[in-house]
Amino acid sequence: MLPVFLNAQLLRSALPALSLGVLLVAIFIIQPNAMSYFGLNLMLQYAVPIALATLAQMFVITVNDLDLSIGAFVGLVACIGATYLHDTPGLGLLMLAGCIVVYAGMGALIQLRNLPSIVVTLGMSFVWLGIAVLILPTPGGKSPDVIKALMALKIPAVPFPIVAAVVIALIVQAGLMHSSYGAVLRGAGGNPKALARAGWSMLQIKMAMFALAGFFGVLSGLSLIGLTTSGDAHIADRYTLYSIAGAILGGAEFVGGRVSPVGAVLGALTLTLTGSFLIFLRISPDWQIGAQGAILIIVLALRALISRGERR
Amino acid sequence: MTNTTEEIVNLAGVAKSYGAVRALAGVDLVVGMGECLGLVGHNGAGKSTLMGALAGTLIPDRGSIAVGGVDLSEQYSVVVAHHHGIRCVFQELSLCPNLTVAENARIFHRTLKGFGWKKRAAKLIQDKLDEIFPGHDILAGDIVGDLPIGRRQMVEIARAFTVTDAPLRLVILDEPTSSLDAVTAEQLLGFVRREVQSGLSVILISHMLGEVLGSSSRIVVMKDGGVVAARAAGDFTRDSLVAAMGTVAAAKSEQQISATGFRKSGTAMIDARPAAQMDARKLIAHKGEIVGLAGLAGHGQTRMLLQIFANAKKRYTETKVAAPVALIAGDRQSDGIFPLWSIAENVTVGSLGRLVKNLLVDGTASRAMAESWQKRMRIKTPDMDHNILSLSGGNQQKALFARALGSDAEIVLMDDPMRGVDVGTKLEVYEQVKQEAQGGRTFLWYTTEIDELSNCDHVYVFRNGQIVDDIPRAELTEERVLRASFHEAA
Repeated sequence: MLPVFLNAQLLRSALPALSLGVLLVAIFIIQPNAMSYFGLNLMLQYAVPIALATLAQMFVITVNDLDLSIGAFVGLVACIGATYLHDTPGLGLLMLAGCIVVYAGMGALIQLRNLPSIVVTLGMSFVWLGIAVLILPTPGGKSPDVIKALMALKIPAVPFPIVAAVVIALIVQAGLMHSSYGAVLRGAGGNPKALARAGWSMLQIKMAMFALAGFFGVLSGLSLIGLTTSGDAHIADRYTLYSIAGAILGGAEFVGGRVSPVGAVLGALTLTLTGSFLIFLRISPDWQIGAQGAILIIVLALRALISRGERR
Repeated sequence: MTNTTEEIVNLAGVAKSYGAVRALAGVDLVVGMGECLGLVGHNGAGKSTLMGALAGTLIPDRGSIAVGGVDLSEQYSVVVAHHHGIRCVFQELSLCPNLTVAENARIFHRTLKGFGWKKRAAKLIQDKLDEIFPGHDILAGDIVGDLPIGRRQMVEIARAFTVTDAPLRLVILDEPTSSLDAVTAEQLLGFVRREVQSGLSVILISHMLGEVLGSSSRIVVMKDGGVVAARAAGDFTRDSLVAAMGTVAAAKSEQQISATGFRKSGTAMIDARPAAQMDARKLIAHKGEIVGLAGLAGHGQTRMLLQIFANAKKRYTETKVAAPVALIAGDRQSDGIFPLWSIAENVTVGSLGRLVKNLLVDGTASRAMAESWQKRMRIKTPDMDHNILSLSGGNQQKALFARALGSDAEIVLMDDPMRGVDVGTKLEVYEQVKQEAQGGRTFLWYTTEIDELSNCDHVYVFRNGQIVDDIPRAELTEERVLRASFHEAA
């Protein structure tokens, strides 16, 4: 019974990589030209901000919460980045740091008042959006040159987005899955009562996780304006759902603290590629969201099937 | 007592109440060095609450806690307890299922950090597992959630005995063997005996009286939030322990034994067999009977009720249920009330089918029903349209009784519904149940309070998911129920 059991477990953890592989192969068959440095670079250029937002969401999911404000937050960061950070970098950085503090505060509020995270974050999403519109009422601004230069980096042989995604995934993987404090953070999602009984502060853990989510949200927003070169309050509205879908595609579960940083990044890449894939299939943009949803359902159904096999 | 040895902990006058329910009524407890203290008592005797206070997971209302002669009452917490070498293996497991065995050891020990922590944590827990349970097949890298429950318990026990920076002086084992098989249970008890000999103190809570008698040096018996007996283990026998647990209500009124000592005849309303039952025993309930389900909490009584509930609408199953069924939940906050609704809505929701007129709920009829049940159950409220949460716990429970009794169900299943309800309310409800039974309704009543069984015509005692005793009203004694609940196969 044990080998079968292990196989199912292995299969489950390999599913994010498998779905990405299948999608890539499908793209290469339909459009062989995509199999090039330039093609991959073009298809995956927006993978970096999406991957960062997905990781932000994954931190929140780790402690059994959900962040519905990440899209609006990334939009706000983009607006701050394209205005204050460009004109007065000191003030810009201070504002971004303040944003992260507010994120930690959301975690504290959710823990202390025992509020549902979706209510708090949904409410905050309007706050983020409102501030963003105040800062930048119409699309515009200029992204700082450093960020622009970083995002336009050309690395020989392997496209920059792939290298960046691998580096980010490995750093978070090491921090959350292999460090000793990472074990505590994940344990908080698995059994908060046990953590409290072992003398850990759930408040501290929640605040740490939300601060991490805020930090990765900031990185996501900055990398995004590095690509677009200007800001817009609504630039990342879709990121909220992308980030949840990406984290779940990557093997995370909504409750229980089972997450995978590498999987989340793979999930983000998969979501990014589905856009290109559907364009190659000449599916009109009107249908794209629906088609992305269909892909999501297929992958999740596969996972459910694997889990069922595991239970037997 | 244990004046000759050094005392590890000294609890004095520890009291704790949950609302109207008094869980601990000023308990004194001393544990000496190198002592294995057995702690026994029926459900709700206060054992787990007392141990929670000692482990620092709950703060008592009154009383003092001294460890090693130092009074720590003021700043006592889990961290302080851990620092002074007091560990607790809780009855419900406190492992993180999403982490590996080694990572769970890390959660427990703050000093397991820095480079190479995983290796150190793995070695720590692996060595302890090898020491306590030689021949086990648990790996430090296993995800806890993938392990069967018995293995998880082994990990949790081993983890409590691991030592890093803080010393280890006292380990509380709360039902440690409940998920262990006979071999591993014996390994654990052997280990406990060895550790006690080398100076460690252990508090052993178990409903397996043989374990307690065989392993402890002293036994404390608790009942109703207080200590009723504390003597050297050698002075107890299995029978005297059972007797000590039941002393208070043992001489309960004989006149309650009614003339209807025999089982009613006719076709059975319920004919069911627990899923785990090995022999041919069955649960039978006839029309108009009140049948009690007894035994320790969590030994299959609720599962039995749910099995009957689930089979109520089916025809061709092994579990035969002859009439519509209503269930009164024990955990009223999570399974019973609709917290946003009014009292009237909470009462009538079970009978909406009968209150419909022209496709809509008939307001006049439902108001009339709510008001008549307010009178019958004596629900204390100025207005049945007030929110259900405006009622006290006991009155909420009355509303739930009204919901079940007001429905057309002929069989009423009660899942320990009187938990945390004051005595006055209890008596009123008992009376109501008796009247309804005389009117032809059948009651299945799971209760953890032995006193309540005196209202039943027939009692089934459950242990490990099976019916182990089948007691007619005339033969019902507290001692017999306790004996059946605590009896062991060996």
